[in-house]
Amino acid sequence: MQNISSVLEFKSSTFFAPILIIFTNEMSAIEQTLHEKIKLAPDFFRDSPLIIDFKELNKLNQSIDFEQLIQLLRRIGFFPVGIRGGNEQQNKLARALFIPIDTVRELGNSISIGEKPKQETIHKPSVAKPEAVVTKQEAVHVAAIPPVPPTATLISQPIRSGQRIYASGDLIILSQVSAGAEIMAEGNIHVYNTLRGRALAGVHGNTSARIFCFDMQAELISIAGDYKTSEDLVKQVYKGPVQIYLQDHALIIKEIA
Amino acid sequence: MARIIVVTSGKGGVGKTTTSAAIAMGLAKRGHKTAVIDFDVGLRNLDLILGCERRVVYDFINVINGEASINQALIRDKNCNMLYILPASQTRDKDALTQEGVGRVLEELSKDFEYIVCDSPAGIEKGANLALYFADDAFVVTNPEISSVRDSDRMLGILSSKSRRAERNEEPIKEYLLLTRYDPERVKIGEMLSLDDVQEILSLELLGIIPESKSVLSASNAGIPVILDEKSEAGQAYADVVARYLGEKLPHRFLEGKQGFLRRLFGGKK
Repeated sequence: MQNISSVLEFKSSTFFAPILIIFTNEMSAIEQTLHEKIKLAPDFFRDSPLIIDFKELNKLNQSIDFEQLIQLLRRIGFFPVGIRGGNEQQNKLARALFIPIDTVRELGNSISIGEKPKQETIHKPSVAKPEAVVTKQEAVHVAAIPPVPPTATLISQPIRSGQRIYASGDLIILSQVSAGAEIMAEGNIHVYNTLRGRALAGVHGNTSARIFCFDMQAELISIAGDYKTSEDLVKQVYKGPVQIYLQDHALIIKEIA
Repeated sequence: MARIIVVTSGKGGVGKTTTSAAIAMGLAKRGHKTAVIDFDVGLRNLDLILGCERRVVYDFINVINGEASINQALIRDKNCNMLYILPASQTRDKDALTQEGVGRVLEELSKDFEYIVCDSPAGIEKGANLALYFADDAFVVTNPEISSVRDSDRMLGILSSKSRRAERNEEPIKEYLLLTRYDPERVKIGEMLSLDDVQEILSLELLGIIPESKSVLSASNAGIPVILDEKSEAGQAYADVVARYLGEKLPHRFLEGKQGFLRRLFGGKK
């Protein structure tokens, strides 16, 4: 007889997924704007699960071709995994398409992805002119998860040559990172010891990510794809506590006094 | 339950087999029933170092394949009746090793022995991975030169991620450093990495420094583990290693050359 625990197990877990708030029922405007948004962060959106929020749309009493919207999103490369704020009919259609309905309405402060945050502020279409075509920036607002999830990975073991560590948030390492090891984080990297290996922060394009280390002897450092190898690094601040950040696509290495 | 020790390094030629033979003999000499297994399938050497090559009938692979029992394959050492050798197969390759088979052999040996020493082959392929997979303790054999240190570092990464203890989230393998072929004179003139240089990268508990010694080669050729040559520095150093592993506190000898001792005697350079 097979032991039950070796077959399956239920576990509770929290996932992050972007939420797509729809402000218009114009399919072509939605499609065009989505393409523009994706261009800003293609890696972030590729194969991304997505929750569609109809609350704003329903405030305007606009109806939308639900099936067509789902098809559009799938074609672009999203995986719609849920809807919320839908009316009775939308919920029914979602159920028919096996898309779960989220009843939790409140999301914390949403942070937008885009190059100019100013343009990302939500402009609600004027209620007085519900039929007006809203401007492209306003048509679709992607309330995504913050680029850096609030979780941090803490490692106290030494990272040896050949080992690779990946953190979806910040990465904090208390021991040394050996030459030939590779540490990567979507957020910041902190190494409270000697960093001899490769360190890549902001690997999903977060240009505000930083690398901090106690003793800088890295083979390579990279932030959001901009990198320097040890050949260049030795000419700058080497051996000692430093922080590294991006400024106008240039890696700045600064001693921490 | 036996304690399983893996002797590993990543790099070849640093002294894994010499060390395996020496510490297995050392443990046995102190009255602990010890088995030493050659994992270098296809490149069998341990039997030569232990001088039992002419008594090999069955080997490790035969036991894994069920063609022989463990007792048929184990060779009792002629110098010490507490030491048993399980030789590798010379006619096969590493693919003949299976995790399930190795696990079964180690489990069976565990019932009967206090210590099982696994002599790992060089590299990071199947043989090396299986030699360390079931280990409780790891003796990382390193030469004081940069490529050996790098390879040891790589091996430590594998020890902490690919062992059974790591997979089961148990207490990690206890890792010890054995610095072999150490030549204090060459360290002094900067030709060789010092203990501090090595420890800066590896930072492990140091079990012993084995000085470069002619007696190692002659002991190997004679098929007598160097630890039995009590007059040689290498033999004494290995005896210290075994004592330290068993919990004795001993100062590290052989960090300085003979000249260092003479200089101290005659009040020369400090």
